[in-house]
Amino acid sequence: MLETTPPRNSKNIQINKSWCKGCGICTGLCTKVLAMDGGGKAIAANPSLCTGCRLCETHCPDFAISIGVDVN
Amino acid sequence: MQNKVNKYLRSEMLPHIWCPGCGNGIVLGALTRAFGLLDCDQDNTVVVSGIGCSSRASGYLDFSTLHTTHGRALAFATGIKLARPELKVFVIMGDGDSTGIGGNHFIHAARRNIDLTAIIFNNSIYGMTGGQSSPLSPLNSKATTAPQGTLERPFDLPELARAAGATYVARGTTYHANMLTQLIKNGADHKGFSVVEAITACPISYGRRNKMGNGYDMLLWQKEHGIPVERARKLEPSEMEGKFAIGELHKSDAPEFTDIYERFIDEKQINHREAKKA
Amino acid sequence: MKDVAQLARLMQGNEAIVEGALAAGLRFFAGYPITPSTEISELLAERLPLYGGKFIQMEDEMASMAAIIGASLAGLKSLTATSGPGFSLKQENIGFASMAEVPCVVVNVQRHGPSTGMPTAPAQGDVMQARWGTHGDHAIIALCPASVQESYSLTVEAFNLSEKYRVPVILLTDEVIGHMRERVVLPQPGAMKVIDRKKPPTGLEKYYPYQPGEDGVPSVANFCENYRFHVTGLAHDESGFPTTNPEVVEKLINRLNDKIMEHVDDIVLSESWLTKDAEIIIVAYGAVSRSAKKTVKEARAAGLKVGLFRPITIWPFPEKEIAALSRQAHTIIVPEMNLGQLKLEVERVTSGRSKVIGVNKVNGELITPGEILDAIIKL
Ligand SMILES: Cc1ncc(C[n+]2csc(CCOP(=O)(O)OP(=O)(O)O)c2C)c(N)n1
Ligand code: SF4
Ligand code: SF4
Repeated sequence: MLETTPPRNSKNIQINKSWCKGCGICTGLCTKVLAMDGGGKAIAANPSLCTGCRLCETHCPDFAISIGVDVN
Repeated sequence: MQNKVNKYLRSEMLPHIWCPGCGNGIVLGALTRAFGLLDCDQDNTVVVSGIGCSSRASGYLDFSTLHTTHGRALAFATGIKLARPELKVFVIMGDGDSTGIGGNHFIHAARRNIDLTAIIFNNSIYGMTGGQSSPLSPLNSKATTAPQGTLERPFDLPELARAAGATYVARGTTYHANMLTQLIKNGADHKGFSVVEAITACPISYGRRNKMGNGYDMLLWQKEHGIPVERARKLEPSEMEGKFAIGELHKSDAPEFTDIYERFIDEKQINHREAKKA
Repeated sequence: MKDVAQLARLMQGNEAIVEGALAAGLRFFAGYPITPSTEISELLAERLPLYGGKFIQMEDEMASMAAIIGASLAGLKSLTATSGPGFSLKQENIGFASMAEVPCVVVNVQRHGPSTGMPTAPAQGDVMQARWGTHGDHAIIALCPASVQESYSLTVEAFNLSEKYRVPVILLTDEVIGHMRERVVLPQPGAMKVIDRKKPPTGLEKYYPYQPGEDGVPSVANFCENYRFHVTGLAHDESGFPTTNPEVVEKLINRLNDKIMEHVDDIVLSESWLTKDAEIIIVAYGAVSRSAKKTVKEARAAGLKVGLFRPITIWPFPEKEIAALSRQAHTIIVPEMNLGQLKLEVERVTSGRSKVIGVNKVNGELITPGEILDAIIKL
């Protein structure tokens, strides 16, 4: 079980604002961590709550989010 | 900053042209991850696409890429694969591209069982031209050319593929993105004509008109309506009403066309040499 | 070395096309059966595998055209053959080959039309379709053989031009030439020059597949040979990626045209026969030029100064040659198995300097020498 536990590494939520189109998919899928900023772009509002599930990364149509997975 | 699978993307071409919330980018993401799982050789792989929003995907992929004419991607790909069977060939098409204007090429590629991996971005509509009905638009769904709802029955793409002879047929959705990645990977590993239908959202030209909400709402729709095939097979038809099965729907073994042709060449050349000797 | 007698054979026009294509290095054929071109498919189904080449009967002509473009991009010299209705269906992808600069050869054994017309009867009704069949401005090369021997040599020429200029080349033959049997002497193997597409230098850090060379022709690599790049039918820049930048697109469309039009001297082939002192010139091509030759003989025997000019390349049109003739001849007669398609070009180029008269026939029968002679006598 231990190996499959998603790493909790909140620092690695990277959002490329120039690619984000503000569609709201990631913020819909992950209401706890992600939110929209005033300019309509996604931000990591509560990075510490990220479980590293990568749902946002696989569902962002714009390749704008990546969750770094440093397994160390 | 991007993770490993993105070496398959031409990042310098991003951001892409698709609308906010368009599912095409999610399918493209699943595809790049499948390339990662396949450890795909970029220098021996060709990605061919037709015409439509979805077919613009080829331009974002770092391979030898060919963006062809509307409906004809499979025919171009057949030429490439038969000319150089050692190349891995992926074909990206929209629903209109593959089953409307390109429907004939689709059934014939399946009939030949030529080793191509076809990924159909099914958004139920002609996205690029602004929302006309497609042969995969659900009955009664609204389109600019079907303002009161389509009067025609749609194809069931996997059934069509299977009946025509495709030897690997799967369906995924952008909601089930990891499953989609795995289905594409398995399709590519399969020798023969592989079809992966990716149910995707066009919030702009389909979702809005059919009151399905935005890209996120349409993802949830996929979550609710896509039933894993193992479960779907146990359900009564009435329980599957309006729903669709996802997963590996069909897999079989049959001789692959370019293999057959290579053997044919060998035999012909041997016979010719022997006839000359005699 | 084989002697001439060994190389001489009785052969059909369509068969000579097959021989010429193989001599030029053909390795891929895709087609769909249609009279009067089908022999080309049938023969290549048998012959190509012996060369390690590939033959495929596709589901229709759109697919055939698409498949040969794909195979050509993959590096093989590619051919398709068809006739009227099928030629119409190929047009969109001929435009793709133009835009994406993919070498390929399309044989059109012209038959009567429009529509299904008379499938086994000859015509020359596709002259303008060969030029403008696909939408948008583009240059094209079309060659018209007038004999079985020429069906062979022009097929080799068609491949050479296609590879050299990266342009689709149309071999515009007709039912008479395609089905006619004549004695031909095939050149010794290797006797005819064979041109292969130029390849880009290796090891470039950044490769621009559509950057033209001095001749205006880019060195597009074959797929999966040293470079990864994008090919599209959309307007594109030198990197190959789509653009809507008006300056870039203007340059591209002009270059597609110029790479052919600036090399007309290299491309255009024609034959002049007894034109030196001619006051009346017959401009005829394909099967009709054979009748016209006979007309010239008969007219000369009657003391008339008649000559024949035969465009072998009809596109690009031999403008210079015809313009020169119009300075010398008071009348130019253009016999065609259509209602006057190439005549339009002759009129354009002669700018009223000579009288231009058409002899036209659209009933599926070859124009006879007598019919052309009648037009001369009536002058
Ligand atoms: C021969 C031809 N007919 C029509 C068109 C116009 N056209 C461009 S894309 C398209 C439909 C695309 O729909 P689909 O294949 O479902 O792809 P999507 O845009 O939805 O991804 C049409 C009709 C064309 N480009 N070429
Ligand atoms: S899913 Fe991607 S594009 Fe959409 S809001 Fe989130 S980061 Fe932006
Ligand atoms: S029109 Fe539809 S399919 Fe096309 S980019 Fe926009 S959302 Fe995507």
